Amino acid sequence: SAAAVIERRCRTFRVPVHRWLACATQDITIQQWDSDEPIPRSELLAGVAGKHGLLCLLSERIDKEVLDAAGSNLKIISTLSVGVDHLALEEIKKRGIRVGYTPDILTDATAELSVALLLAACRRLPESAEAVKNGGWTTWKPLWMCGYGLSDSTVGIIGLGRIGQAVARRLKPFGVKKFLYTGSRPKPESAVEFQADFVPLTKLAEESDFVVVTCSLTPDTKGMCDKDFFSRMKKTSVLINTSRGAVVNQEDLYQALVSGQIAAAGLDVTTPEPLPTDHPLLSLKNCVILPHIGSATYATRSAMSVLAANNLLAGLKGESMPNELQL
Amino acid sequence: MRTLGRLRRLKTTLVPEFHSCCKLQAPNTAGKQLPRIYVTRRIPPDGMKILSQSGLCNIEQWDSDEPVPRSELLEKVAGIRGLYCLLTEKIDAEVLDAAGPSLQVVSTMSVGYDHVSLEELKKRGIRLGYTPDVLTEAVAELTVALLLATSRRLLEAVDEAKNGGWGTWKPLWMCGYGLTDSTVGILGLGRIGAAVMARLKPFGVKRFLYADTGPRPDMATKIPAEFVPLEELARHSDFIVVCCALTPETQGICGNRLFSLMKDTAIFINTSRGGVVNQEDLYQALVNGQIAAAGLDVTEPEPLPTDHPLLKLKNCVILPHIASATVATRNAMAALAASNLLAGLQGKAMGKEVPL
Repeated sequence: SAAAVIERRCRTFRVPVHRWLACATQDITIQQWDSDEPIPRSELLAGVAGKHGLLCLLSERIDKEVLDAAGSNLKIISTLSVGVDHLALEEIKKRGIRVGYTPDILTDATAELSVALLLAACRRLPESAEAVKNGGWTTWKPLWMCGYGLSDSTVGIIGLGRIGQAVARRLKPFGVKKFLYTGSRPKPESAVEFQADFVPLTKLAEESDFVVVTCSLTPDTKGMCDKDFFSRMKKTSVLINTSRGAVVNQEDLYQALVSGQIAAAGLDVTTPEPLPTDHPLLSLKNCVILPHIGSATYATRSAMSVLAANNLLAGLKGESMPNELQL
Repeated sequence: MRTLGRLRRLKTTLVPEFHSCCKLQAPNTAGKQLPRIYVTRRIPPDGMKILSQSGLCNIEQWDSDEPVPRSELLEKVAGIRGLYCLLTEKIDAEVLDAAGPSLQVVSTMSVGYDHVSLEELKKRGIRLGYTPDVLTEAVAELTVALLLATSRRLLEAVDEAKNGGWGTWKPLWMCGYGLTDSTVGILGLGRIGAAVMARLKPFGVKRFLYADTGPRPDMATKIPAEFVPLEELARHSDFIVVCCALTPETQGICGNRLFSLMKDTAIFINTSRGGVVNQEDLYQALVNGQIAAAGLDVTEPEPLPTDHPLLKLKNCVILPHIASATVATRNAMAALAASNLLAGLQGKAMGKEVPL
């Protein structure tokens, strides 16, 4: 019978995943790091030895070292995420290991959070909520706490994938005048709904009032939002990143914000995570930082857990998975 | 001696004070004095320009970012023809008496007019201009922003990122309630309520309900919404958004009864007027877990005292009445209010007039 390791405590709505899996089949033995805290590296390396399957989170690097420690039994890695930048895909492909992940099911929650973050940044929600608490709110004033609205704006989406499209869909009724997008290639089928124009990254920076980063992290996108990018953006523009921290050069972003090169930024992802509490970006009024909660709704996390468990089960049985990553 | 005294007093009134500036214009060429208007605050440039370049009035203004003191207001309105005010001034019998029979138009730089006594205006034949439509988009946008900040726990999460509460990624940490497959109930399906509905639709809302004084088929067309009694709205909504005007009928309508009928996973949002909500009842509902969370852009009073119990709750988000706060919108409101005032002075039709 197959043996699997679950790298962290995960739940479906009511039931821990390992018990949920046990109900599905008697044929697997499950070992779990039964904690909310990340598994120590040494525990992971010991735990994967000889296992057929691994259910992991995005917080652990599944690299050559882990794969070697697991050995030749390992045939399925199921991650509780849509991002796979924590997986050494080349090494995994080499060994014929299959990968399950959780796209689609978290698209709504993540797009919703991206829009929530955009609005919080451009309408100055944390700053104004703070004024309510610290006595800064004295009375209604015509030009106090004014922000930037979406009406008649140009929105530039970097990465018009599932999440990027879902964000655009949600922004449309706010009166956005124009959508632009950029990426590795044009996606006319996806863009037509928004009449979005495919443009080079530089043009997107120059013409957007709101830049929303929803691409995956690859060698090409790493550090893409850098000094040059920010220098091209409008002084009144807002940058939102809910993809992966490494797409943005954080030192360059800090400079752009303090110098007034851009108006504000909102980040749900950083490098590292968590961001150290003394990081300069956390001190800026015009930078809103969230602790990577893009997919954090009860319904979504539960659905992700079910999907990851089903991916794992299917992989163990050698069957087709609900969501397999094409390697 | 009396003349000297009078001259001294004249000099005193002509010396500019720290906060207020007297802008008197010369009589026009026909020798007639232009009608006097009083502006109760420093207003955005688009509005000021329209007034000062019109050649239709003498402008006196409380040229400050702070509200005009009541005594100053009562003194300055004496004999004016038009009054340009904000929602911070109560325009009641006292002010109207102080103004006297010359006053023919009041123009408020707001869409709400609960601070104006309609009865007293009507009695005296005074017209009222206000600023609907130009602020609808900004207000609907902020209402959705507040809803999302509340349901997705943004401010709590921002604090965790700052205070060291952010550990590594955990499946159930900081989870909130999503809009996908939800039922949204709008209390007051006017311009703003309908605009909120339009913005929430692509988030995957399954069902829109609304409560109002009567059905609003003109508003509920583009996006189908069901007209229901308030109790049913309370029972079935995952999100309740209050967008109604403050009237004697809606005063305190969101109280114990409403909260007790709501789901314990429900989110309550108010961007209308503080007086629509019974704040003590809301506090109880939040601490007792009767509802999941609340977001308010308006309170009673404004500003809310910093030691108010609602400010201590993690599941209560309070913003300082910023729903229409974009530079473009505030300038548009100021301009519309100025145009309304000038039209009123000339006895013409106003851009936006409250029917009395």
